[in-house]
Amino acid sequence: MTKQKSDLIEVSRRELLAGGAASVAVVGTAAPLAAQADSPKAAIPSAHSISLTINGTQHSLTLDTRTTLLDALREHLHLTGTKKGCDQGQCGACTVIVNGRRINSCLTLAVMHEGDSITTIEGIGTPEKLHPLQAAFVKHDGYQCGYCTPGQICSAVAMLGEIKAGVPSHVTGDLAAAPNLSDAELRERMSGNICRCAAYPNIIAAIGEVAGVKA
Amino acid sequence: MKSFTYERVTTPAEAVAALAKHPNAKLIAGGTNLLDHMKLQLVTPGRLIDINGTGLDKIEPTPEGGLRIGALVRNTDLAADKRIKADYAVLARAIVAGASGQLRNMATTGGNLMQRTRCPYFYDTNLPCNKRDPGSGCSAFGGYNRNHAIIGISGNCICAFPSDMSVALNVLEAVVEVMKADGSTTLIPITEFHLIPGDELPVKEFALGKDEMITAVILPKPLGGKHIYRKVRNRASYAFALVSVAAVLQPDGTGRIALGGVGTKPWRSDAGDAALHKGAKAVADALLADATPTDQNRYKLTLAERTIAAVLASVKG
Repeated sequence: MTKQKSDLIEVSRRELLAGGAASVAVVGTAAPLAAQADSPKAAIPSAHSISLTINGTQHSLTLDTRTTLLDALREHLHLTGTKKGCDQGQCGACTVIVNGRRINSCLTLAVMHEGDSITTIEGIGTPEKLHPLQAAFVKHDGYQCGYCTPGQICSAVAMLGEIKAGVPSHVTGDLAAAPNLSDAELRERMSGNICRCAAYPNIIAAIGEVAGVKA
Repeated sequence: MKSFTYERVTTPAEAVAALAKHPNAKLIAGGTNLLDHMKLQLVTPGRLIDINGTGLDKIEPTPEGGLRIGALVRNTDLAADKRIKADYAVLARAIVAGASGQLRNMATTGGNLMQRTRCPYFYDTNLPCNKRDPGSGCSAFGGYNRNHAIIGISGNCICAFPSDMSVALNVLEAVVEVMKADGSTTLIPITEFHLIPGDELPVKEFALGKDEMITAVILPKPLGGKHIYRKVRNRASYAFALVSVAAVLQPDGTGRIALGGVGTKPWRSDAGDAALHKGAKAVADALLADATPTDQNRYKLTLAERTIAAVLASVKG
């Protein structure tokens, strides 16, 4: 009974959101909610069709041009692992990996990503098969409420790639040398991911373990 | 966000033609600044022209021995480029001192040049702002203006220009390559690209005409010397400058220096460069002689002198 009830609450909350915000009152072709599927396409002031590859699966969507990549993921594809925090590029909760690069999905339009390959937290690992960073976050208690965690992990996965590729940071000493793997480098490079619970020491411990930072 | 139509273009010529065709259109590249503004309805374009497919994402050598940086080169790629790190380190340092890793992966060279102010009153549509609503007044005068500009200001606007990258481009004397509406190209020195409000309302911020787009930023041949970008901010990372200093200093004591965080544009002058051998106070005095700070941001005069002193000290010994 309890579970059914919570499902009902969940649906009604989503319907409320779908009705309340113009950018989500749009026909999504991937398993749209009943309320959305009934809305006439003519009601979309400016629709645009795109194709995205998300976690290895191709999706075709017809979206209001205003739809951010974040809203496309959450409200149309129901990949709700990616979180909406500030919705203005300041908190990093919405971080996803597009063509190998971490970006804020709230500050980009879905229509700008035709043909792009997108990895969200759902594509990083599963409860049965955690990504090493996910396992390290659990081991080191790298969160309290967990809301920023998907963004932290997507960000960290791509950030370690940036270090390997020789991308410098504000704390890199010698621009000509490969960046050091140090706590200072990890902290600086993760500054675009805010943790309201301030689990930062444990987040850095988790990333540091996977990255091979010497304690 | 207001509704808009959307198109992708594949050449800069198509982009400027589309701008000419649609009076209320805007170009979008990284989108990190524009989408923020559109969500708040500070700007409400009727059409977005996506220029990400125009191929302006390369860094190429010029016949003069410099580099031509395509307008779409992402901040991350520019800072990580081996030639930039080796010969234009002040630029790499300035870029990584700004924003976050995620934003630098999206933000472009052309977009960063045209970054708009972070003045909180510009963002708050309930309050007057001459930049957002020309003629409505400036809320920052008499408001919270600790972070605002102390020089290049007017009675109409005291907002600071936020880009770190542009401060470094000023000391490097970069040139902005612009495509005009007729498809021809014009070159604008970076020192003339950003505009101060003067006696006018602070509406025209860039020396970019209607229906024009930035296609590249051209760096002259390398200057040698020591390259420094020192930024002072309220927290250690991911914050705008209170004061920043970009400098290229030569072994003989000459060099170039520019300030960020203090002006309505990146602040550089011949007098500032000429005072370098006399020390930080002389440089600060020369650069900021015309400053008119408020009670809240007067500290920037002291902070600028001390930051310059730290920069000059860092190349000694």
